Amino acid sequence: MTGALGRLRRLTPALVLVLVGLAVWQWYVTASAVRPQVLPSPLRVLTEGWAFRAQIWANALPTLQVTAVGFAVSLAVGWAIAVAVDFSPWLRRALTPLLVASQTLPIIAIAPLLIIWFGFGLAPKVVVIALVTFFPIAVGLIEGFGRTDRQATNLLRSMGASRWAQFRYVRLPGAMPSFFTALRIGITYAVTGAIFAEYVGASAGLGIFMNLQKNSFRTDLVLAAVLVTALISVSLYGLTFLVQRLVAPWSRRG
Amino acid sequence: MAELKGAEHKLVIEGLRKAFGPLPVLDGVDFDVAPGEFVALVGPSGCGKSTLFDVVAGLEPPDAGRVLVDGADATGRVDPFAYMPQRDLLFPWRTVLDNTTLGLEVAGVPRKAARARAGELFEPFGLAGFEKARPGELSGGMRQRAALLRTVVQDRAVLLLDEPFGALDALTRIDMQLWLEGVRAGFGWTVLLITHDIREAVFLADRVLVLGPRPTSVRHETVVDLPRPRDVSMITQPRFAELEAEVLGQVGRGRAAGADSEH
Ligand SMILES: Nc1ncnc2c1ncn2[C@@H]1O[C@H](COP(=O)(O)OP(=O)(O)O)[C@@H](O)[C@H]1O
Ligand SMILES: [Mg+2]
Repeated sequence: MTGALGRLRRLTPALVLVLVGLAVWQWYVTASAVRPQVLPSPLRVLTEGWAFRAQIWANALPTLQVTAVGFAVSLAVGWAIAVAVDFSPWLRRALTPLLVASQTLPIIAIAPLLIIWFGFGLAPKVVVIALVTFFPIAVGLIEGFGRTDRQATNLLRSMGASRWAQFRYVRLPGAMPSFFTALRIGITYAVTGAIFAEYVGASAGLGIFMNLQKNSFRTDLVLAAVLVTALISVSLYGLTFLVQRLVAPWSRRG
Repeated sequence: MAELKGAEHKLVIEGLRKAFGPLPVLDGVDFDVAPGEFVALVGPSGCGKSTLFDVVAGLEPPDAGRVLVDGADATGRVDPFAYMPQRDLLFPWRTVLDNTTLGLEVAGVPRKAARARAGELFEPFGLAGFEKARPGELSGGMRQRAALLRTVVQDRAVLLLDEPFGALDALTRIDMQLWLEGVRAGFGWTVLLITHDIREAVFLADRVLVLGPRPTSVRHETVVDLPRPRDVSMITQPRFAELEAEVLGQVGRGRAAGADSEH
């Protein structure tokens, strides 16, 4: 109870800043009589967004689905790579440069190719999301495993622990704080990645919705979709704290 | 012949040498420990005390020398030793009870049996009622007792304690020394204790070995001929002061004379 209140109080400065920004924006649009195709007022974004809520919702669902599937794939790939690298120095040397190289790929240029290769279905979008998000997850885990105290490893070895037991009893739980940090970075990229992938080509989703509305000069609806995207990202971000509390309550900081 | 020598000893350390790359750390360490004996090791910091434990505990291979337990070669083996590292290393993701059962779990003891065995020791270790607590809720002294419990419950032949009370404040440290002196009598542990506190070494040990500066070897042995059980009043007795002065003199000699002068 007091925790929730305290958290609200800590958010107050951010909320004040947002409200001031919205007020200035609203005032500017009214005062300058700028056309809504160029810059709609925040109130207009809200009212039009609400009027089109059914359509936005219908497009938000596929985006959520793509994000979930893409991020699940990314998690699986990130974990598999991190665990493999942790157990095998050879794989570490083999995979580390490839991991880094994967992050230099210009996704903007590759995304259209993915659509040529995989079509307009789930697959190209899942690949884009995985490409964008598996890296922070894999690196966060690898570093988390690697941060294990040498003395802790020695303690386990003195107990007769195999490499697997060391992993299970110390390296894995010890990596949880960095994993959840990486998870938070990854999940915010995941939603943006999904929007981007849809933008390039999709039959439904917030990305394609934004693209269509932009083409018909409905700037207000584009911004309404942006707002919904932000809400989804923030909710998923918040969800990671809940998961952390359930899975590894001891790893919360501060 | 070593077998003969080993027979009356729990532990024999024979000519242990160890270098890390170009840095020689152990320069032929020799000593032995009788069953149930409590031996303290003191020496300048950085001389190689923890390295000696790592080699004895089978965590680092020696460049030369042997470790015998009950007369049999145990070089490189971990199973005769229960090792308590310098830091308590209680894991925040386990309750205090589950921290103390870690060694048993790793050894394959079923969780329920492991908890029962460790649980019995919570009372004598002054931890009763804290089984389900998290390590972060314990005081410094309790954390060290929990770490020691995790060490002894493994029921290994020899306990290796690396500066177990080094991080505690002076008053808590004295409490812990008195407690350890009281509790060890009932268990018959064979103990090797590293400490930088000479008073602690004399108070707890049957014998104090003084190690020279790096590369280290045993420079001097002081037999502590004080009766047991020992209590605080022991510290003020003339014989205690004599022994303390002897050990202190030997540690100082090593430091002042540099790395030469073998005795
Ligand atoms: N794994 C290692 N690799 C290289 N050098 C080490 C290693 N472990 C210890 N040393 C070095 O060996 C020396 C003795 O260290 P240590 O045994 O920890 O000393 P003490 O416990 O007596 O303070 C130090 O100079 C330390 O830097
Ligand atoms: Mg040390």
